[in-house]
Amino acid sequence: MNLKKYLVLLAVMCFGSIGDALLKRGMDAFGPVDVRHPWHVIAALGNPWVLVGISCLMAFFASYLTALSWADLSYVLPATALGYVLVTLFGRYFLHENVTPLRWLGVLLISCGVGWVTRGPEVTKPEPREARLRAREEQHEIA
Amino acid sequence: MKSLELWAAIFMIVFASSGGDVLLSSAMKRIGDLNELRAGRGTLAVVGRVFSEKRFLLALCCFSVGFFSLLTALSWGELSLVAPASASMTFVASAIMAKIFLKEDVDHRRWIAAVLVCVGVALLK
Repeated sequence: MNLKKYLVLLAVMCFGSIGDALLKRGMDAFGPVDVRHPWHVIAALGNPWVLVGISCLMAFFASYLTALSWADLSYVLPATALGYVLVTLFGRYFLHENVTPLRWLGVLLISCGVGWVTRGPEVTKPEPREARLRAREEQHEIA
Repeated sequence: MKSLELWAAIFMIVFASSGGDVLLSSAMKRIGDLNELRAGRGTLAVVGRVFSEKRFLLALCCFSVGFFSLLTALSWGELSLVAPASASMTFVASAIMAKIFLKEDVDHRRWIAAVLVCVGVALLK
């Protein structure tokens, strides 16, 4: 892992949590979706907060794609879990939601658990036979 | 809004997102390191290569379902519950699916992380 890869993981965390907070702000302004007419949720795409939130989530998605191109899924997801802490902070200070001590403890446990995983290897090494097949496949695609 | 409906929307997010995650991871493994690909052939070639991958397009469909479920859940519940609960359970479901479908080496370190996340999610309710 080099600095560039850590920055990609940081971008996944930040853009994801900021995007979620902006979506919540937009959906608060839009109002509750009627369970009998769930397709009305599409009209929320006209809300500016939702649009900016979607832009952040697009940046999140680009960073996420980059991370998945060099690391395992079961590594990337926990490695970016500090985003949960950011989401809770946004909920508490930006949206003025009530975050109980138990929820804070939950967020802390999630962060500890997922932070733990970043100390391990980020990718599963393929078996020798699989590695040969993959190399042959890549050569075939290039040709 | 009733709690049951909120949790149904959250489970819909988890189901669609974890399926999308596995498809996306599989697609990106087939494509290879995006940084190396961009350095060798340029950004447009990377975009073309990514969008020509069928698994990537299927993953996008799954994420679309997950996204509209997220919007619905956010209109019913608080962000500090919906976002961590759905994302954490997606993480656990994705770890299990990564082990089964992607044959990833989900070692003791990753499983311990999964257990801690589960307890954390229980406390978020």
